Amino acid sequence: MSAILPPSERVWWNQPIDKLEFTWIAIALVWSLVMFAMMIWWHIFGNQNLANETYKTTKEMYAAKTQAVVDQYTVRTGDEAEKQFPIVKPPAGSDIYLIGRLWDWWPVYELEHGKTYKLHLSAMDYMHGFSLQPQNINIQVHPNYDHVIKITPNAAGIYSIVCNEYCGIGHHTMVGRMYVK
Amino acid sequence: MTTTYRICPRSGLQFDTNAEKLMRWHAVAGVLSLLVGGIMALGVILTRWPAVKLLEADVFYMVLTAHGIDMLIFWIIFFEMAVLLFASSTLLRCRMATPKLGWVSFWLMAIGAIMTNVAIFQGESSVMFTSYVPMQAKWHFYLGLILFAVGALLTCFIFLGTLVVAKAEKTYEGSIPLVTFGALTACIIAIFTIASGAVILIPTLLWSLGYIREIDSLMYRTVWWALGHSSQQINVSAHVAIWYAIAAIVFGAKPMSEKVSRSAYFLYILFLQLASAHHLLSDPGLGSEWKVVNTSYFMYFAVLASMIHGMTVPGAIEQAQRLKGYNKGLFEWLRKAPWGNPAFSSMFLSLIGFGFLGGISGVMMGAEQLNMLIHNTIYVPGHFHATVVIGTTLAFMGLTYFLVPVLFKRELLFPGYAKMFPYLFGLSMYMVALVMMGAGTLGVARRHWDMAFAGSPMAYEWPGAAYLMMGLTGIFGTIACVSGGLWILQIVFSLLFGKKLEEGEMRSTPIPLTLPAPTPGGAAHPPATPGTMVLALIFLTSFILYYFVNWKYLSSLWSMA
Repeated sequence: MSAILPPSERVWWNQPIDKLEFTWIAIALVWSLVMFAMMIWWHIFGNQNLANETYKTTKEMYAAKTQAVVDQYTVRTGDEAEKQFPIVKPPAGSDIYLIGRLWDWWPVYELEHGKTYKLHLSAMDYMHGFSLQPQNINIQVHPNYDHVIKITPNAAGIYSIVCNEYCGIGHHTMVGRMYVK
Repeated sequence: MTTTYRICPRSGLQFDTNAEKLMRWHAVAGVLSLLVGGIMALGVILTRWPAVKLLEADVFYMVLTAHGIDMLIFWIIFFEMAVLLFASSTLLRCRMATPKLGWVSFWLMAIGAIMTNVAIFQGESSVMFTSYVPMQAKWHFYLGLILFAVGALLTCFIFLGTLVVAKAEKTYEGSIPLVTFGALTACIIAIFTIASGAVILIPTLLWSLGYIREIDSLMYRTVWWALGHSSQQINVSAHVAIWYAIAAIVFGAKPMSEKVSRSAYFLYILFLQLASAHHLLSDPGLGSEWKVVNTSYFMYFAVLASMIHGMTVPGAIEQAQRLKGYNKGLFEWLRKAPWGNPAFSSMFLSLIGFGFLGGISGVMMGAEQLNMLIHNTIYVPGHFHATVVIGTTLAFMGLTYFLVPVLFKRELLFPGYAKMFPYLFGLSMYMVALVMMGAGTLGVARRHWDMAFAGSPMAYEWPGAAYLMMGLTGIFGTIACVSGGLWILQIVFSLLFGKKLEEGEMRSTPIPLTLPAPTPGGAAHPPATPGTMVLALIFLTSFILYYFVNWKYLSSLWSMA
């Protein structure tokens, strides 16, 4: 009789389905399959796919690799507004390591637009959230995992890296920077 | 415990008085959690409103943690346990299984809820709803959650036991009602959810006590979300069941097709839990194949199920209304619906908001690559305020208006406010969800004390539109908090001071359900539902447009591989 009573026809399975209801189910099924195909299609033809390349690492090992890149390619020391962090300009195609820690993104990289770099992300303490603005690319950053993403900046500018995973009382001060020339 | 039955003179429903008392206590505990969560909501919203910025950072994060847990876990699950008891013993007109164990379960949940709240307000467990490791809370934060979960698990088994009782004592004929079937779906999902919670929270408790040295953050997130997201899937099943129930109570609506609606629920059981992958799409260490299959509930079969319910609930109402003669044009059935009945208006606003705002945004952000656009931005809370507040909470609140006379036997005070409430609260939450999603599309972070980054030399300047939308979040959020607060006052005052209503007949034996004989030659052909189909097509068009607009947005970003 109604949804709060048992079905009035004991063998409800054999009741015919309303025509419009059936049409809607068919449409919804097709749309579901289109959306499923869309993700696969983008893996083949799209340019924005998160890489699957990840390594287990340790905080010490990751910090040492980052330090090595900083030692090799630092072009100057930043000013006050750059927290006096090293400004690092590695050649196109190289591995660049970014550290997320309480409450900095370290160091500051200077990249060339149209060139590809292998960006590594890892955290030193809690989890952090890599949120590149105003691009709006958002990636979760874990401690003890080294996540490698090939990035190709498509426009020059000053980019900010906001932390968008809660990481304690100073979370709102955790902003880094990336230059694209 | 002796079993007596009360026949409610207002609804004709039969309550096992043991179960009835438990339902009342669960509902009250839920509303108290909602009260705490609601006060916290006001703190959150007034701090994120850039022009107000009420609380200090440490208090803000504590308040946000309490808001998340009191709302997403305690309010909703307490209420859902009442729904399980209702959908089993009341709808099947039988006695409740093991009422004593029901009280054990209730008190475990209550003690757990209090313990976790104490831990949070002591100030050293501001780890957010998700309590991601390696950030550590105090041990009683985790223990409270575990006790609460064990209590809820017991009630799930009592629900299953009650189904067995009804079957064995033949209190109904044929199949269980659709609403009970929906509650059964919720119960099965709840058991999965709580088991996942135990798998991750018990080691985390041991870690907080020092017995385990380290918990891997990726493992934690992967398993924790089988609790965190699946618990929201209990809500979906439960509030869809309530949509069907309210349609049945208000209109006498019959499901368009038992086969279709039940199959859609079955799809939930099979696929809905895969969605915990939604939270892991921007994480390292999980392969794209895993992400694509899981995030899409294996080819979007659970989305399909929700799209089916989204059509069959209004479709059932349209059929019932057309049978009553509201046949003019496409929408007379809808225009002539009882918009002044808060149970109906809440349910309908819940359905529309859940579909258009919560559903579409959820599927968009659940697409593997699109997730990068909004991961951890305030878009995410925008989405789940559309699903959990507009979808679940508003449906529960609307049902409560029905329960005050039926379950609590009191006359509702301030009926004028009841008429207004669904629009005031519901529509302001529509706006909150929309502007939060707007700010999130611009990148504004969630769980963030200060969008101006005070004290950071590298501060980023958000576009003016982001500030505008966070300001609007504050304004509409405040309206929602105040109207929700008045709803709580209205319910509490009605329970305490409303006119006592007649108890109804008390019996020592239940009256079994008898069904009218099936119409010879099958049921009459029900009317077609063109109005609902038009609504469904409007929904689909918005869905497709919004979905592809976001792919377009994604294609403008830096290349990544």
